[in-house]
Amino acid sequence: MLEARDISFRYGPRDPLVVQGFDLAIGPGEVVGLAGPSGRGKSTIGRLLARHLRPTAGAVTVNGAQPPARGFNPVQFLSQTPIFAANPRWTVGRIVGEAWTPDADTVHGLGVRPAWFDRFPHELSGGELQRITILRALAPGLRYLIADEITSMLDPLAQAEIWKALLGLVKQRAIGLLAISHDAHLLGRVADRVVTV
Amino acid sequence: MTLLSVDRLTVAFRRYSGLIDRVDIDCLADLTLDVARGEMVALFGASGAGKSLFAHAVLGLLPPNAVVNGSIRFEGERLDASRIAHLRGRRIALVPQSLSHLDPLATVGRQIGWAAKRVGRKGFTREDAVAALNRFGLDELFLESYPHTLSGGMARRVMLAIASVGDPDLVIADEPTNGLDPVNAEKVFGFLRGFADDGKGVVVISHDLAAAVASADRVAVLRDGALVATEQAATFMRNGGEGLTPYARALWRALPQHEFRA
Repeated sequence: MLEARDISFRYGPRDPLVVQGFDLAIGPGEVVGLAGPSGRGKSTIGRLLARHLRPTAGAVTVNGAQPPARGFNPVQFLSQTPIFAANPRWTVGRIVGEAWTPDADTVHGLGVRPAWFDRFPHELSGGELQRITILRALAPGLRYLIADEITSMLDPLAQAEIWKALLGLVKQRAIGLLAISHDAHLLGRVADRVVTV
Repeated sequence: MTLLSVDRLTVAFRRYSGLIDRVDIDCLADLTLDVARGEMVALFGASGAGKSLFAHAVLGLLPPNAVVNGSIRFEGERLDASRIAHLRGRRIALVPQSLSHLDPLATVGRQIGWAAKRVGRKGFTREDAVAALNRFGLDELFLESYPHTLSGGMARRVMLAIASVGDPDLVIADEPTNGLDPVNAEKVFGFLRGFADDGKGVVVISHDLAAAVASADRVAVLRDGALVATEQAATFMRNGGEGLTPYARALWRALPQHEFRA
């Protein structure tokens, strides 16, 4: 279980609270949607759950404990703009290889072509690179995935393909998923339940 | 009447490989598109399809290593570098993509004033600036606001107000709803529709197909730098898009509110 208990967050000591007393629990294999208008702290909640940010108050736990601070993070964060999550000086193969050596089934299931591994991030399209960041996150240690508007920059065909592949993999491996999106139709398709902020 | 007429526009970027060999990489190929007064045309495509390149080519904002072929005409007259420099910000206005296009050090009121000065509006008063803001649902208080205090939705309205000050004939909006929630996105599309209903030509570049279909007259579909279809918006709404070209129909059906199938 990935749990946020009564978490609050502000960016600086004098800044207003962006997140205030938020609770959430995601079970293994569960897909939860997070909806709400711009500026309500959806992405901040995602970053708090993945522990890219530390809450000002409250706690985030995985199976009741704080995950270790070093090594592969069992809660991986996927962003809207994958180009900012890829080292521009590394080949795509090295980027994925930093996390794990993916098996052929997972590579194929996500629609990733092995030929991409020799290229650099800017030599792939947005949709191709997003598949690569998903592949990297799917390392064996992954338990929970935070997907922050991961297909909002893509065309509807790429969006449908990526979600089909991703949902198949998270159900199969009992990975919990938080899908953050403005698109109520999309959340209606992918989420078991939707939380609105 | 045709306002903007783009004929076989090709944009390539020239790179040198070694000292002598030149390579031209085509980024936009053979694009033909007309926009009439009173018409709103949506240019749809995935990221990297060449949508923004189209806007930059029309506005004459391409970098120096761009090689442009084909013709762009405005009211029948060819838009060359000097002509577009004269029309840009006056009769042809851009609503840019992000907040970063506003000057962070100047208030909204000053920036509206600059836009009025650029188009040569004489005797532009505070009341005129307030009227420009009111038109997009913002009140007088925003005159004193700095850009960093605006939300994404408000910033878009400020940029619409700035673009409208010169009463342009053609409005080009580049991804005006990126990052906006559906309520604000719908409002922005509504304002753009209003420009068209007032007799201006509107080109809206967007990757939100459902929103584009809902407010535009026609939807042009770009794929890998080529225009693969120009459809009447109404065709999408009839019988699940039966009369569409195959790619446009596949896109339409892949939306989560339809079949969500790739």
